[in-house]
Amino acid sequence: MDTLNSLYGQAVFLLAALVLFTSFVMLAQSRVTALVNLFALQGILLAATTALVAIVQNSPHLIISATLTLGLKGILIPLLLHWLILRMGLHRTIDEVKRPLQLLLGAASLVVFSYYVTLPVVELSELETRNIIAASAASLLLGMLLMISHRQAISHVVGFMAMENALFFSAVVSTYGMPLVVELGVAFDVMVAAVIFGVFFFQIRESIDSLDVDRLSRLTETEENE
Amino acid sequence: MAWLLNLLQVILFVATAPLLAGWIKKLKCWSQNRMAPSVLQPYRDLFKLVRKETVVAEGASWIFHMAPYIIFSVAVLAAAIVPLVAVELPTARMADVIVLVGFFGLARFFQALAGLDIGTAFGGMGSSREMTVASLAEPAMLMAVFTLAVSMSTTNLSTAIATLLHEPLTIRPSFVFAGLGLALVAVAETGRIPVDNPATHLELTMIHEAMILEYSGHHLALIEWAAQIRMMIYAVLLANIFMPWGLADNFGLAALGWGAVAIVVKLVGLTVVLVLAEAVLAKMRLFRAQHFLGFAYLLALLGMLTHVILEAG
Repeated sequence: MDTLNSLYGQAVFLLAALVLFTSFVMLAQSRVTALVNLFALQGILLAATTALVAIVQNSPHLIISATLTLGLKGILIPLLLHWLILRMGLHRTIDEVKRPLQLLLGAASLVVFSYYVTLPVVELSELETRNIIAASAASLLLGMLLMISHRQAISHVVGFMAMENALFFSAVVSTYGMPLVVELGVAFDVMVAAVIFGVFFFQIRESIDSLDVDRLSRLTETEENE
Repeated sequence: MAWLLNLLQVILFVATAPLLAGWIKKLKCWSQNRMAPSVLQPYRDLFKLVRKETVVAEGASWIFHMAPYIIFSVAVLAAAIVPLVAVELPTARMADVIVLVGFFGLARFFQALAGLDIGTAFGGMGSSREMTVASLAEPAMLMAVFTLAVSMSTTNLSTAIATLLHEPLTIRPSFVFAGLGLALVAVAETGRIPVDNPATHLELTMIHEAMILEYSGHHLALIEWAAQIRMMIYAVLLANIFMPWGLADNFGLAALGWGAVAIVVKLVGLTVVLVLAEAVLAKMRLFRAQHFLGFAYLLALLGMLTHVILEAG
C-alpha cells in the first residue's frame, strides 16, 4: 500500500510536469486551432492531476473540482473557442511568434525565477504537493507570456484561460483546493468571460476588420494617409 | 572473466549494428508497402564495399586517409562504454558519459575535416551543415545526460543504470523529458527524418551523405559501419537508461540470457516507434533544424528543472 501510495504521488508529479510542459508547447504554437486543442489538453491534464491529488489525499471535494475542470476547461470552453474560430474563418490563421527559441528559453528562465520566488513558501508548507507550487507559479507566468508574445485576440483569450488554469492549479497544490463555493463562482466567471470574449471578438473584427491586436494601436486616420 | 565478457559484449555490439540497420530498413519498407530486402543486406553491402577498389581523390591529405580508421575505432571505443547486456563491466566503469559525448565529438570532427579536405563543394557544404546541427545537438545531449547524472549522483553510465536497476519502480518526470530530448537528439545525430534523409543523395538536402561522397571501397565501408554503430549506441542508450529492466547485474548465464532477450525486445519496440514517426513526418527544411534541436534542448532543460523543482527536497 505504501509503495502504491508513493507511486500515486509520483504520478501527481508527472502530471504536474506535463501541465507545465503544455504551457511551454502553447507558447511555441503558432496555429490558432492547435493552440485551443493544447488548451483543452492542459485542462484535461489539470483535471487528472486534481483527481489524483483527491485520491492520494483522500479529499473528496476535489473530485467535484476535477469534474468541473474537465467539463469546463477540458471540453466546453475549447468547443466554444473552436466554434468561434470556425464562425470567423480563423481556422487557417497563423499567429507567428517571432524568435520562438528565444521565447522558449526566456520561458525556461521564468521557471527558474518562479522556483526562486516560491522557495520560502515551499519551505513553510507541509503538504506533499508543496514542490509543485513552483511549477504552478511558472505556468501562471507562462500564460502571461503567451498573452504578451502572441498577437491574435484568440491567443490572448487562451493565454488568459491558461492563467486561470494555473491559478486553480496552484490552489490545488498549495492548499488542496479553494472552498467549493469559491470554485463554483470562479468556474461560472470563466464561463461568462468566454461568452463575453466571443461577443468582443465580433466587435473587434467589425471595427478593425481583423483580430490582430497590433492593429488596435494604430489610428485609422494615419492608415488612410499612408 | 569480466574482461572476457566485456570483449564479447563489444564484439556483439559492433557485429549486430548492421543487423539493426537492416531491421530498420525492413520495417521502413513494410511501413511503405514495399518489398523489403533481407535484414542481412547491410552485411552484404559492407562486404561488397570492402572488396571493391578504394579510390582516393587527387590531392587528398593524410586526414582523408586516416579519418575512416579514426571514426571507426572511436565508434568501437564508444560502444565499449555503453552497457548492452550487462552492467558493471570493466570498460564501462572506466569512462563516464561525458567521455562518450566527447568520442562522438571526436568522430564528428574528423568526419567534417575529411569532408573539407578534398575541397569539393558538396563535402564542404555537408561538413558545414553537420557542424551546425552538431553545435545545437551537443548541448541538448549534454543537458539530458546531466539530468541523469544529477538524479543518480554519478556521471558513470554503468553505475547510474545499475542504481536505476536496483531501486523500486519510480516515476520521474525529469526522465520523461530528458528521454524525449535525448530521442530528438538521437534522431538528429543519426541523420534520420526529419533532420536528414538517409535514403537520398539529393544535394539540396543531404547532410551526412554529402560529407562522405568522396569515399569509396573499404574507407566507405568503415564509415558506414561506424554510422550504424552510432545508431545502435543511441538506440541502446535510450533503451537502457530509460527502460533498464532486464539488464544483467551478475555474470550468471541465466541473467545474461535474460539481458540479451530484454535488449532485443527493447530495440524492436524502439525501432517500431522510430519507423512510425518517420512514416508520419516529412523532412524539415534545414533552417528549421534549429527549431527542432532547440526544442530538444528545451526538453532536456525542462528535465533538469523538473528534477530540481519537483524531485529534490
